[in-house]
Amino acid sequence: MKYHGVTLHRKLENNIGLLIFGILFISSIGGLVQVLPSIFQESLKTATENSHLYSAVELTGRDVYIREGCHVCHSQQIRPLLAEVERYGPYSRADEFVYDRPFMWGSKRTGPDLHRIGGKYSDDWHRVHLIDPRSVINNSIMPAYPWLAEWEATDLGDIQKKMSVLRILGHPYTDEEIAAAPEEIAGLSQLDALIIYLQVLGTGLAEEYR
Amino acid sequence: MISDGREIYHDGVVKRLIQFSIIWAVVGMVVGVWLAAQLIWPGLDFGQFWLTFGRIRPLHTNGIIFGFGVSALMATAFYSVQRTSNVPLFMPRLAWICCYGWQVLVLLGGISLLAGWTSTKEYAELEWPFDIVITILWVCFAVVFFGTIATRRIRSIYVSNWFYGALIIVIAMLHIVNNLALPVSINKSYSLFPGAQDAIVQWWYGHNAVGFLLTGGFLGMLYYFLPKQSGQPIWSYRLSVISFWAFTYTYIWAGPHHLHYNSIPEWVQSLAMVMSLILLAPSWATMINGIMTVSKAWRKLSVDPALKFIVLALAFYGLATFEGPMMAIRSVNIVSHFTDWTIGHVHSGALGWNAMITYGTFYYMVPHMMGRELYSVRLANIHFWLALAGTMLYILAMWGAGVSQGLLWLSIDDIGELSYSFNDVMAAMVPYYALRLVAGLIFLAGTVLMAYNLFRTMYGRHTVAVSPPLIIDELQGTVYKEEPREPSSGNAQEVPA
Repeated sequence: MKYHGVTLHRKLENNIGLLIFGILFISSIGGLVQVLPSIFQESLKTATENSHLYSAVELTGRDVYIREGCHVCHSQQIRPLLAEVERYGPYSRADEFVYDRPFMWGSKRTGPDLHRIGGKYSDDWHRVHLIDPRSVINNSIMPAYPWLAEWEATDLGDIQKKMSVLRILGHPYTDEEIAAAPEEIAGLSQLDALIIYLQVLGTGLAEEYR
Repeated sequence: MISDGREIYHDGVVKRLIQFSIIWAVVGMVVGVWLAAQLIWPGLDFGQFWLTFGRIRPLHTNGIIFGFGVSALMATAFYSVQRTSNVPLFMPRLAWICCYGWQVLVLLGGISLLAGWTSTKEYAELEWPFDIVITILWVCFAVVFFGTIATRRIRSIYVSNWFYGALIIVIAMLHIVNNLALPVSINKSYSLFPGAQDAIVQWWYGHNAVGFLLTGGFLGMLYYFLPKQSGQPIWSYRLSVISFWAFTYTYIWAGPHHLHYNSIPEWVQSLAMVMSLILLAPSWATMINGIMTVSKAWRKLSVDPALKFIVLALAFYGLATFEGPMMAIRSVNIVSHFTDWTIGHVHSGALGWNAMITYGTFYYMVPHMMGRELYSVRLANIHFWLALAGTMLYILAMWGAGVSQGLLWLSIDDIGELSYSFNDVMAAMVPYYALRLVAGLIFLAGTVLMAYNLFRTMYGRHTVAVSPPLIIDELQGTVYKEEPREPSSGNAQEVPA
């Protein structure tokens, strides 16, 4: 054979077992070299002074955010670019997200970034805006969410179980915090929880990085 | 399955999968058009919680990728693997389970998305119970596909099957790793990976779902149906070998280019950028191989709608695989990231490449399997121009929107202040979004025409039954009857004895 490679390939394409093995081997190299090291990189998963552990109410608000698909139109990731820092605030750092499961960085800004939305607007503003966005921003294309004001935060699943599962994954909730959780969210609407979550977003960043 | 002494193939399952695929295409595109309209008239959710943008956008992407796309991939894989292996399907009952199981999965999965069950990970939004069902059905798909190859009566495994094989294997790997999560309840789970790591794993999955499902799988279609429909063997066997392995190796590295300037290690971003640029080579090698294959049959383009779609798909494949690496350059990505440019890029692939090549294969397969002529070539030609116009307008609208957004957001005036508020930029999007809506409607209209045309071909009373034409296999120098009883098929890599 003139081309050694061609002979080798004849073997692969004549044997389905070899072909499957070849594909599996070749396609896993990238993941092993590029993705796997990140999984073992401590700085991407270790809490620092910038990390904020979500309270029971914030966690519930975050699950409302997830269920409604807010991440479809709003990113939570400020890139280290002048215009972005000016528009949204200090750029996002990896240690701010160690308690984010799943991550909420998003891929599209149909609406503005929300990573540093916490504290920028009043609770009342958020309430009015979420119930009727066009009453505060006349050309907004955000859906209105009036029903969130009527839905109970407790309807969003067993908060104690959620916190226990997260504790297995390494979120340091204490037994007391888990025990007190149902009482904390009792009486709140899902809108309340969502606003409390929004108001804490991006506020964990230590003073020296602001 | 033996019938009056002749080998026949299991095409019933293929036909059913094509029907489901067409239905999902129409449903998925209707939802897409509706989403486009919601971005202009937000009241179009009619005050219903389950119709809000955040819930139906994943319905659109999942319906198109898993309903339309995967059904079409299963159909074409089952169709071509029997013919390139010269045996009927291995475990045909399992193939039927795969076919119906998948449709139930897409239907229930879609409903669960409307109900707000979501893992949030793009193109992997379905929650853990569905992820387990996907894994089981995927294994069934693998058993039927690889089983058919294992029982083949042709020595070499044809190129299209390498790509379908890579689709099955790599998607299985990505799906399992990316969906690792601890369940809390039936509709809620928390990812095993936190924050930045979750992002890296997700885009390793997300980019390669595009890579191995929407690119690799559909390249399997290309390598089977292009030679069949153009009557030409693949131009270069060696180029197909090189591009296949280079593609399989390189694609996996490119994922983190979705996270440029995000909170992940810079070396991961740079590596992803470099590998994305390298990826241009195997992508264009395949495109060139395809274009050269059809180069002896250009005149067929004027009369054959199926071939038109396949060749146009190839052109859009070339465009999208050029644009992708460009957007993966970090300095370009500063502008394009988070904007509608990304949406435009996705659709130049999804409409221009995936949908077009699927339409081409459907226009090829349905008449062949039914032993009838296409109900209307004229309608197919109209569909072709609608599809082309819709795709072009869509891409142009999103380039306009995306580049404007990217540049206006970054714009800073002389005294260092932002030139435009977010609201200013949003207000400027209206004409682009309107154009996109029109483009989507045009593309959808074409798809509806195809659905009508193909269902009339399948069930209409007025179609003429034709005898399969004689086709000459140039490479093997043999003359044989077209399906359903040819001994082998466009197997360009078979060297004549």
